[in-house]
Amino acid sequence: MAKLHVTTTINGDPVEFLCEPHHTMLDVLRGSLGLTGSKEGCGSGDCGACSVTLDGRLVCSCLMLAAEAEGHQIRTIEGMAEGEMLHPLQQKFLEMAALQCGICTPGMLVAAKALLEHNQEPTETEVRYWLAGNLCRCTGYDKIVRAVLETAAEMRGAAR
Amino acid sequence: MTDIRYLAPRTLDEAVGAFAAAAGAARILAGGTDLLVQMKAGTVSPGLIVDIKKIAEMTTIEETADGGFCIGAAVSGAVLGEHPRFGKVWPGVLEAVNLIGSTQVQGRATAGGNLCNGSPAGDSVPAMIAAGAIVTVQGPKGRRQMSVEAVPAGPGRTNFAPGEILVAFTLPPRPKGSGDAYLRMIPRTEMDIAVVGCGVSLTLEKGICTAARVALGAVAPTVLLVEAAAKALVGTKLDAADLDTAAAACSASCRPIDDKRGTIAYRTKVAGVLLKRTAAIAADRAGKV
Ligand SMILES: Cc1cc2nc3c(=O)[nH]c(=O)nc-3n(C[C@H](O)[C@H](O)[C@H](O)COP(=O)(O)OP(=O)(O)OC[C@H]3O[C@@H](n4cnc5c(N)ncnc54)[C@H](O)[C@@H]3O)c2cc1C
Ligand code: FES
Ligand code: FES
Repeated sequence: MAKLHVTTTINGDPVEFLCEPHHTMLDVLRGSLGLTGSKEGCGSGDCGACSVTLDGRLVCSCLMLAAEAEGHQIRTIEGMAEGEMLHPLQQKFLEMAALQCGICTPGMLVAAKALLEHNQEPTETEVRYWLAGNLCRCTGYDKIVRAVLETAAEMRGAAR
Repeated sequence: MTDIRYLAPRTLDEAVGAFAAAAGAARILAGGTDLLVQMKAGTVSPGLIVDIKKIAEMTTIEETADGGFCIGAAVSGAVLGEHPRFGKVWPGVLEAVNLIGSTQVQGRATAGGNLCNGSPAGDSVPAMIAAGAIVTVQGPKGRRQMSVEAVPAGPGRTNFAPGEILVAFTLPPRPKGSGDAYLRMIPRTEMDIAVVGCGVSLTLEKGICTAARVALGAVAPTVLLVEAAAKALVGTKLDAADLDTAAAACSASCRPIDDKRGTIAYRTKVAGVLLKRTAAIAADRAGKV
C-alpha cells in the first residue's frame, strides 16, 4: 500500500512525513516524528491528553488523520516553551503543583493556552467548561483550574 | 487495517464521483469525531475515506438575502459559534450544536456528521428539525432536497440513496416574534449522551402562539418530529394547561429503550418535562425579538 506524503508545519517548522491513510496525527507525532509530549490516554476523544492545535484551534490529535495535516499548522506541547523559557502556564503549573503523574499535563497546558488566547479573562466556570474534555485522574482539577486563573491574571497584569 | 485510501477533493463533483465509484466501501470524513472512533473500534473499516473539508461549498456559512441561513455540511461547531449572526437568529440550534462534546470535539464536529451518523441521541438533530431545516444532498443522479426529519432511517442509518453526500443545511427566514431552544437531560453537566433531547421553535403574535415545531431525541430509534405537541401549542397563550397537553403528546410519542442511562418510564416522563422547559425558553426568546 502506497504511503501518503504529507507536508505540514509543526511548531512553526516545515515538516514532511510519510504515513498510512489510517494513521492519526497522534500516531505520527509520537511515532515517526518522536514528539512524545502528546499522550494517548484513550484514543477516542474522551480524555484530551493528545490535545494539539490545528490552525490555532484546539483538537484531539487522536481524532484527526495525519493526512489531514497537509498544508496546515500544528502546534504541540513541544512548541510551548521558548528554548529554556517556560510558558507562564507551565511555570504556574509547577509553582502551584497542578500536576501529579503528569500524563494529562501536556494536554491540559495546550488546552489552557488555547483558552487564554481566546479569552484573556476567563471565569472559573469558563475554565472548567473549556477544560471539560481534559481528564485528570490525579489532581481533582482544583489546582489546575486555579493555576490557569492565576496565570491569566498575571498575564493580564504583565500586558498592562 | 488493510488498504484504505484517503482523498481530499476540492470540488463536490469529484467527491461525489469518488464516493459513488467506491460503491459502499467509502466513508465521508467531516470532523471525524464519530468516524475515527468507529474505525478504531473496528466497527467500520472503509476502503476509501473522502475528506470533504477542502470543498468550499461545504465549509461556508451564508446568510441568504431573505434572512435564511445555509450551513455547509463540513462547518464545525466552533466555526458556527463564531458566526456574528447565526446564534442571534437561531440560538437554540447553536446551543444544540455547541453541546456536542468538549472544546476539542467542537473544533472538529459538524452538524452534518451528527445527522449522518444516525444516532437517535445526536444533539443537533432535534434542534434542526424544530427549526424546519432542509438538507441538500448530492449524488450520482444529481441534487435533491429533503427535510432533516426525513434523513434518519434508524440507529446508524440514513435514507440517503447510494452515493449521496449531504452538502448543506438550509434554515428558513425567521418571522418576527420567533424563538427556538434545545435542552437535553444528562446525568452530568458536560460530556455525556442525551437521555432525552428536546428542540422547540415557535412564533408568537400578541402573546398567541401562531406556529410551532417540536422534536425529541433519544426516545425512539430515530429523532422524532412531534406534530401532536406542536398542534397543542398553536393557537394558545402557552398557559400551563396548554403546556401540559403538549407534554402529554411528547410522552405519548416516545418509544424509548431501557438502558443504563434511563429506563423507558423515566425517558417517557422526562420528554414531557423537557418540552415544558424548552418551550418556556423559546417563548421567552420569541417575546424579546
Ligand atoms: C468525546 C466525544 C464527545 C461527544 N459528545 C457528543 C454529544 O454530546 N452529543 C452528540 O450528539 N454527539 C457527541 N459526540 C459524537 C460526535 O462528536 C457527533 O456526532 C458529531 O456531530 C459528528 O460530527 P463529525 O463531523 O465529527 O462526523 P464524522 O465522524 O466525520 O462523520 C460521522 C458519520 O457521518 C458520515 N458523514 C459525515 N458527513 C457526511 C456528509 N456530508 N455526507 C454523508 N455522510 C457524512 C460519516 O461517513 C460518518 O459515518 C461525541 C464524540 C466524542 C468523541
Ligand atoms: S487520546 Fe485523544 S482524547 Fe484521549
Ligand atoms: S496529573 Fe495524573 S492524570 Fe492529571
